Amino acid sequence: MVCLALVGAARGEEPAAESGPSLKKILEKLPFGLHGFVEARAGSRLQKDPAISETASIAETRLQLEASKLLDLAEVRVKGDIVYDAVEEEAKGELRSAFVLLTPFEIADVKIGRQVLTWGTGDLLFINDLFPKDWKSFFIGRDDEYLKAPSDAVRISYFHPVVNVDFVYTPRFRADTYIDGDRLSYWSDALGRRVGEGNKVRASEPDDWIGDDEIALRLHRNLRGTELALYGYHGYWRTPAGMNPRNGRATFPDLSVLGASARGAVGKGIGNIEAGYYHSRDDSDGDNPFVRNSELRILVGYEQEIARNLTAGVQYYVEWMMDYGGYRRMLPAGVRARDEFRHLVTLRLTKLLMSQNLKLSFFAYYSPSDDDAYLRPKIHYKIDDHWAAEIGGNIFLGARDHTFFGMFERDTNAYAAVRYSF
Amino acid sequence: MNLTSESRSWLPAVLALIAAATALPARGGAAAPSVDEIVQKAELAAYYQGDNGRARVKMTITDAQDRTRNREFIILRRDVKDGEDQKFYVYFEEPADVRKMVYMVWKHTTRDDDRWLYLPALDLVKRIAASDKRTSFAGSHFLYEDVSGRSIADDTHELTETTDTHYVLKNTPKDPKSVEFASYTIWIDKKTFMPTKAEYVDDAGKKHRVVEALEIKEIQGFPTVVKSRVQDLKSGGNTVSEFSEIRYNIDLPDSVFTERYLRRAPRRYLR
Repeated sequence: MVCLALVGAARGEEPAAESGPSLKKILEKLPFGLHGFVEARAGSRLQKDPAISETASIAETRLQLEASKLLDLAEVRVKGDIVYDAVEEEAKGELRSAFVLLTPFEIADVKIGRQVLTWGTGDLLFINDLFPKDWKSFFIGRDDEYLKAPSDAVRISYFHPVVNVDFVYTPRFRADTYIDGDRLSYWSDALGRRVGEGNKVRASEPDDWIGDDEIALRLHRNLRGTELALYGYHGYWRTPAGMNPRNGRATFPDLSVLGASARGAVGKGIGNIEAGYYHSRDDSDGDNPFVRNSELRILVGYEQEIARNLTAGVQYYVEWMMDYGGYRRMLPAGVRARDEFRHLVTLRLTKLLMSQNLKLSFFAYYSPSDDDAYLRPKIHYKIDDHWAAEIGGNIFLGARDHTFFGMFERDTNAYAAVRYSF
Repeated sequence: MNLTSESRSWLPAVLALIAAATALPARGGAAAPSVDEIVQKAELAAYYQGDNGRARVKMTITDAQDRTRNREFIILRRDVKDGEDQKFYVYFEEPADVRKMVYMVWKHTTRDDDRWLYLPALDLVKRIAASDKRTSFAGSHFLYEDVSGRSIADDTHELTETTDTHYVLKNTPKDPKSVEFASYTIWIDKKTFMPTKAEYVDDAGKKHRVVEALEIKEIQGFPTVVKSRVQDLKSGGNTVSEFSEIRYNIDLPDSVFTERYLRRAPRRYLR
């Protein structure tokens, strides 16, 4: 409904340039930069999901405003969204960024406050990027921006020709926004079936300031075009990876990660390789059935332009569970076992048409070991300098109900959106 | 290959000797330069002025139906070596959906360029895998190669005409399959060696693309194109680029062209 109203307004506002320049003039008079967008987005499930009552997977109008000021010694940026969510029937505000970026010395940058942080070389696969993610937004078709959730942190970056160092301190752990039965159904080991709203995940999140903190570290260097990096993380598993046997609540056990990556030109394209050892500190022997085992994750990727304006990228990713014998031995009866090796391949195809105003993209995850897949087709069209429209889908397929993507089969949805940017 | 230039080159040389013998001041062009010299000087004039440079660029893209789109960005350039490698940093300001995105290129003459795109909403440093230089730059009629420069070695060059004001060269690609044109003719100003116009001809012999400098000004002693236009005669669209806030030889260290400044806009150079 809202979507149609906005499109109607768009047509009525022809030429869009009429409202553009005058709004632009008002914005230019402000002592700081103010920009943003207004968007309407709606989506629907493509099959009935008995565990979730709503057919609409997403129905929201969103206003994003970003205020920024570039000073000699610092940059200040504040970005927030006001959303009316018709599925949850509520309006809410979300602060996406609120930071100050300083350069206290020639060789250091410090970014303090709420900020989105990203590093690592994977394409929609994360090994050494242990910053918060919002999987719900990702699965229901919000804009790509919303996959990364902001952290309240301090990032200190030190730059030197030999090696650059990034140190991120997050005083209070923020878990990923994982699938908990709200809006999307998931597989429950305890109940042996897909569940949704009636059985939302109840979790105990570490939430002490300073006591439940996270540290992330990256050492990186660009060696004549090849980007090399070493990573470290000390914190917690980001999605529920454990259970408290006394109260049945999901937990986020302690986690440390050590990893490395390299990315550079390989032949006619870009190649990348990344690895990370996930050390599950509360279960180093792998025989605690209530804590996820340690694992080794490896990723190899390659991307190349295969025809004019057509780029293809492939990745191979594997999660290798350590102490698999211990895991199998201690696995409670009735719980479906995970494989020792979970293999995943991804494919991305991007085609640009009409002077790069029309973008067709397709991203697919496929697990040959889990026998499931997740497809993300999308068409994005820039109507003019302000208006854009997109339609896309989130298609989950799986031979079995309990695997990582297979469990979301009933959540398969399609969505459309219209956005006015200023 | 360059038989035409070879056969003409002895005459100006003789004239130059006579001029020198009679102690007449010989202007730069008394001895007509060879094709290679013209082409090299033109490349330096067009792409390598000074050691580095900064400009604000406003592109107005007009399609066949007269609808317009705008692109506005600030471009920083640093020459690693004249005629060879360069580094570019492009900070987008318009339109709204690309604002604060940064496109960084390490141009190489002996291998594919290294390209990065920074997406501020995700704090994501993406590496771009694109070896095709004949694709549109920012959705305009300017191609990536128009902005970064086409290697002299990619074409064979022939001096077809010398007018009072220009050298006219015909250039034929050595690898015709890699480009969409069969040849292009370029007009190079005799005094400044600035290319002022290029006309591209397709396989059928038809002129399908024109790139021209509409206005050239002298800035800090360097002849500089402040307005240029690309016309796509096939589709009927064109893009006009206006350059302003141009400065050469500023204090622009190599470190600006690193990941640090993708994630943190270099304030000093963008205002």
